[in-house]
Amino acid sequence: MKELMSGNEAIARGIWEAGVQFASGYPGTPSTEILENVSGKYPEVTSEWAPNEKTAVEAAIGASVGGARSIATMKHVGVNVAADPIFTVAYTGVTGGLAIVSADDPSCHSSQNEQDNRYYATAANLAMLEPSNSQEAKDFVRQAMEISETYNVPVMIRMTTRVCHSKSLVETDERKEVPYVPYVKQRRYNPVPAVSYGLHADVMERFKKLEELSNDCPLNTVEWNTGDVGIVTSGVSYQYAKEVFGDAASYLKIGLTNPLPMAKIKDFSSKVKTLYVIEELEPYMENQMKAAGLSCIGKEKVPRLYELNPDILRSALLGVEPKPISHEDFGTVERPPVLCAGCPHRGIYVEMLKLKNIVFSSDIGCYALGRAKDFAFCMGSGFSAAHGMAKMFKKSGSDKRVVGIMGDSTFFHSGMTSMLECVYNNSNVLLVVMDNRITAMTGHQENPGTGYNIMGEEAPLTDIAKVAEALGVKHIKTINPLHLGDCRKALQWGLGFDEPALIITKYPCALKKFSEIDKQEFGSSVKKNYVDTETCIGCRTCVRTGCPALVYDKATKKVSIDLSQCTGCDICMQVCPTHAIRKVEG
Amino acid sequence: MENVQNIILCGVGGQGTILASKVLSAALVAGGYDVKMSEIHGMSQRGGSVTTQVRFGKKVYSPIIGKGSADILVSFEIMEAARYLDDLKENGHVVVNNFKIDTATTASGKDVYPDDIIGKLSKVATTYVVDAGKIAGDLGNKKAMNIVLLGALVKLMQLQQLDWDAALKKCVKPKFIDLNLKAFQAGLDSVG
Repeated sequence: MKELMSGNEAIARGIWEAGVQFASGYPGTPSTEILENVSGKYPEVTSEWAPNEKTAVEAAIGASVGGARSIATMKHVGVNVAADPIFTVAYTGVTGGLAIVSADDPSCHSSQNEQDNRYYATAANLAMLEPSNSQEAKDFVRQAMEISETYNVPVMIRMTTRVCHSKSLVETDERKEVPYVPYVKQRRYNPVPAVSYGLHADVMERFKKLEELSNDCPLNTVEWNTGDVGIVTSGVSYQYAKEVFGDAASYLKIGLTNPLPMAKIKDFSSKVKTLYVIEELEPYMENQMKAAGLSCIGKEKVPRLYELNPDILRSALLGVEPKPISHEDFGTVERPPVLCAGCPHRGIYVEMLKLKNIVFSSDIGCYALGRAKDFAFCMGSGFSAAHGMAKMFKKSGSDKRVVGIMGDSTFFHSGMTSMLECVYNNSNVLLVVMDNRITAMTGHQENPGTGYNIMGEEAPLTDIAKVAEALGVKHIKTINPLHLGDCRKALQWGLGFDEPALIITKYPCALKKFSEIDKQEFGSSVKKNYVDTETCIGCRTCVRTGCPALVYDKATKKVSIDLSQCTGCDICMQVCPTHAIRKVEG
Repeated sequence: MENVQNIILCGVGGQGTILASKVLSAALVAGGYDVKMSEIHGMSQRGGSVTTQVRFGKKVYSPIIGKGSADILVSFEIMEAARYLDDLKENGHVVVNNFKIDTATTASGKDVYPDDIIGKLSKVATTYVVDAGKIAGDLGNKKAMNIVLLGALVKLMQLQQLDWDAALKKCVKPKFIDLNLKAFQAGLDSVG
């Protein structure tokens, strides 16, 4: 029987079925569940969380050169981090099949930009496959491995949020074991200039062969219905196009999108009166088609911004507007995501927000939901951007100080080199690593600081304070962020130096099930908090900490605590001026 | 595409909308339908607004729909029904849980939680109000309100013939199966 699977579950299944031996990645929405499913369901595949996407790709390259089918998974912005090895492995080629999954996020559902990573495939000369549903997501992994090995090319499997996170029916198959290729030292894997010079010519030769494949490939198919309207499309856009046009158009559905099957596209276009290109985000196919002299309708009608859907296409191409029911007069207010009840980041944030003349350089993670945040750019920028700003404040005579913020997983990802930047080039930044003992934002993945690997096996625990010390940070303090007095003192302490200082706020995520290591270090008894309504004066100081377990009642002018949410972190208790918040007895 | 039915489930992170959608999808798949389900999560897990879409029929292409296309909107929280109302077709139906969850700004008194949303909903769409929180609470666990609402949805869509027991058993942890079977039945009984 067919099974309902998300695109990510299907990719994981495809990894297993295709005989892949090694899978590595760094968690990032919408890609995270791929490796979680591989590690949880398919023990034949060696799966690992890497410290970042670059190390994941490099490990996968090593596995491929060593003769195994291998894959690296990441979200779109992760490919930026991994771009360095990707561009070079496109020159050297592969031994065992090698694929890189890029999970793009049109509409920025949980990302800082909506970059279209199809351009990486053309820029780096990767072959690229774009599945349009879960069945294809699964099947395309095997295709990717075969193309990779046949044409000596790394393959990008480009997904989008809607393919990753939507579920559709999948027919599963068995795993086909693929023998390891015995390792032989090869000159092409040593891309010094003299070698690379020749390899680039090989890449161009390979590209011609891939073009032939693309024009004659079952992944690039024509569905012929009518000569009136022809649609060239790829990925989930194909599903939207089918939804809107049904049998009233013919389709050239492109699954292998780099290189494009231009001869096939030209032939298709010559048989239709009106040619549409339907693709999400950038005019990737459209520009290539126009450069090849074809006349087509694309981004002048189909939006270039954000995720598409059938209604957008219906409106853009057929002029049919949806008729939504208005809710303008309902008085709906926003419901933004917030730091969870009991979040350990809240404590240090309460004290940070009391500081004057401070700029907060934050980073990518849960803590970015906190209010002590002036800007954030990418993983690891929290410290390095803070450094540059702090140096220029000093140079220009400004008395503002800069606090750099990042989480534990971000620190291991790319924060260590950013910390080194602060030390080596010496600025008076105050660095804060908010160590909640897990990669929390993406749903609790282990990282080098947790003491466990993706399989839940014990792993060496990397000590952030010792790393910082080794990097040359001279002033380091580790505190429990649930103790506001300690937070206050640490911040004053750290701002007292004219060189880098580090505060590590260490306490497990409020949603985390304590590991054995956590229990030993932090204990596990919880006594919740409640409000004594007699003593509460309704000043709302506690509510301003932003804890979602606290509710202010306008009628009674009192605060109450939702015990189903309360974790007993005591932060509200510590800020209450009248001591109205107490511990629940027992 | 007339035979494809579009359902939107919405609520607040943690309310179990995704689990309800999974049970719904599992039963529909077992019943022989082509099914697509799409969810948005990530940052929205942190007490934000969440939504899933379930589409089923003989053949489903797009995993999502746009504004004004849902046959039925099931909201696990009162204000979320208003937020996603523009997803609903002109003659679509609303199932709303009579259950309120403050936002960060209404809890602090900065914003006011809007009044009379259910009254306003009833004026623009056929609206069924379910006291799923109370019903589930009476069964012993307020968290089962998601399955109560699923029961109400199944009744309104007349999908009782599908194998809901099997779908629940497939998706719910063993120790919660009895509770959820009762919650589902109570949901069926909650609408006329």
